[in-house]
Amino acid sequence: MKKYICIIIAVMLIVGLFVMSGFGNSNTEVDVENPEYYAEMAEKLKGTTLNVFNWGEYISDGSEGSLDVIGAFEKLTGIAVNYTTFDSNEAMYGKMQSESVSYDIIIPSDYMIDRMRSEGRLKEIDFSKIPNYKYIDEKYKGAYYDPDNKYSVPYSVGMVGLIYNQTVVTEAPDSWGIMWDEKYKDNILTFNNPRDAFAIAQFYMGIDINSENKADWDKAADKLREQNKILQGRVMDEVFDKMEGGNAAIAPYYAGDYLTMADVNPDLKFVYPKEGTNIFADSICIPSSSQNYEAALLFINFLLDPNVAVANANYICYATPNTAVLEHPDYDLAGNEFLYPENQDEIKTEYFHNLDPKIIKYFEELWQTIKIE
Amino acid sequence: MNKNKSGQVVLNAPYLLWSVLFIIVPLIFVVYYAFTTADGQFTFENITTFFTSRDYMYVFCMSMLYALIATVICLLLSYPFAYCMSKTSASVQGMLMLLVMLPMLMNLVVRTYSWRQILERTGILNTFLESLGLPAVTFLGSAGTVIFGMVYNYLPFMILPIYSSISKVDKSLLEASSDLGCNVFGTIKRVILPLSIPGVLSGITMVFVPCVSTFYISRIFSEGRIVMIGDIIEEKFYRSGAPDYNIGATISLVLMLIIVISLAVVNNFSDNDEENSSGGIVI
Repeated sequence: MKKYICIIIAVMLIVGLFVMSGFGNSNTEVDVENPEYYAEMAEKLKGTTLNVFNWGEYISDGSEGSLDVIGAFEKLTGIAVNYTTFDSNEAMYGKMQSESVSYDIIIPSDYMIDRMRSEGRLKEIDFSKIPNYKYIDEKYKGAYYDPDNKYSVPYSVGMVGLIYNQTVVTEAPDSWGIMWDEKYKDNILTFNNPRDAFAIAQFYMGIDINSENKADWDKAADKLREQNKILQGRVMDEVFDKMEGGNAAIAPYYAGDYLTMADVNPDLKFVYPKEGTNIFADSICIPSSSQNYEAALLFINFLLDPNVAVANANYICYATPNTAVLEHPDYDLAGNEFLYPENQDEIKTEYFHNLDPKIIKYFEELWQTIKIE
Repeated sequence: MNKNKSGQVVLNAPYLLWSVLFIIVPLIFVVYYAFTTADGQFTFENITTFFTSRDYMYVFCMSMLYALIATVICLLLSYPFAYCMSKTSASVQGMLMLLVMLPMLMNLVVRTYSWRQILERTGILNTFLESLGLPAVTFLGSAGTVIFGMVYNYLPFMILPIYSSISKVDKSLLEASSDLGCNVFGTIKRVILPLSIPGVLSGITMVFVPCVSTFYISRIFSEGRIVMIGDIIEEKFYRSGAPDYNIGATISLVLMLIIVISLAVVNNFSDNDEENSSGGIVI
């Protein structure tokens, strides 16, 4: 008898889980502009598969009532989307090289696009098939990594800034120098990857973050070494817990992520240091190994659709290059002072460029030594 | 007889295929990369680079040391536990076994992140300490916490083989031992301990090996302050902007050889005349 009760309870639990996941079914309804275009293309592409390779948590996924972008695209076009994620440009690049599966859509950052473009790993995009490209802000076109606007469509942009907890850091800082201030010993975090961590030292010292001169990297490494004894730790996404919980008081991170943290902990403040900072643009590209080019173009057009782009912009919380989103009534972050600072032109920004592998190797070795000491 | 043999071959085939595909072939790749340059030329340079680099050697030795400490702690915790567990009734044993296994049913990432919440400066443990009027402790970032992470993660791998070898000890031997005047400690020392050595050895193997090559746990628990050899290998293959498979493979190869040698030494120590006693897996 006891056994049967156990089985019944187990079955009920499992059924309950399914039902609940059914209720939580995300929203896949979206009104797109120009639905005839999708219908026409879908006629041809129905039943094919599109392989999408994107950053983790970088697309509206239907959680908390948001739009399930992938689901909506599948429903609209009948194209099956095989969606996978990566956590760094380098990881993405490595996987592209080694894996037999070919992706149709990737969303790397600027310097990686530069690299892949120069290595011939990207396909030219046929913009005549992407009517929604008209929504992309002119100022994000013609960036150094794609000067002729052939290979990439901007997806999301942002800048690194300094996040600090005002209960500990009572005087608003304006410089990266605070990350070397002994007063905040054991309260300072930095990036746990060499390029971003070095960039802070480089900005602070006025060194070019894209320098190809080893001596420049040595100088920055010395600066980072100084930081060793006052650093609490080197983190990536752990920074959310750290800052939200008040476990650390100073950390450099992206403005969009700051908004998420400040929601939890209102004591957190944000500033773009005067020495300048790193700007990034993650853009949609089609790898040259793509097997479903037409569907990839359709997907890009879908991502640029105002109603879809607004869902993504609200979800991702980074600044959007899509002008239609900025005027969209559903956009929660319009005019946000951190994403779209009024003095944008006064903030010194610098993109990462693709560096000579020898230099990359050199600073990665320096980084390793710094971490071991 | 003949039929029997061919039957055996058929039965073995899936495992053979498996080991060739997923053990031998990757191993060949590792060896190939370790002895070639980026353009595929044969070289010993990777090996010399590794052994002459102060950084690599330091990290390598520290990783061995951490793994050793973690293994010893695991052993000290597991043996008494496994012994007591084997003395309890069958239903309690099942229950204890479940408790030992329970954390392993959770994903490693989830487990590790949960521990961060507990160990953080304002985490659960420190809140508790403060409520008792004790000073807060900074756990994360220290070597002790990294070792704790390893012990926590690999403890079941030590408990299970030891438990299985202890519980397989013939009860009549224990009775004989007490009949002949041995007290409990004498029985443990003279009967149970020698008979459970195979379990201890496989426990050591199963804990030490993953500990040496740990990478994720050390990064998360040390807040990026302690680098283990596993972190370096991961970086060379996966995180680097200029991936270097050759040096990465070299480190893996050396690590593998050192582990095999040290385990062979450990196994030899106790390689008495009988090998057939009970207990988990001995390599």
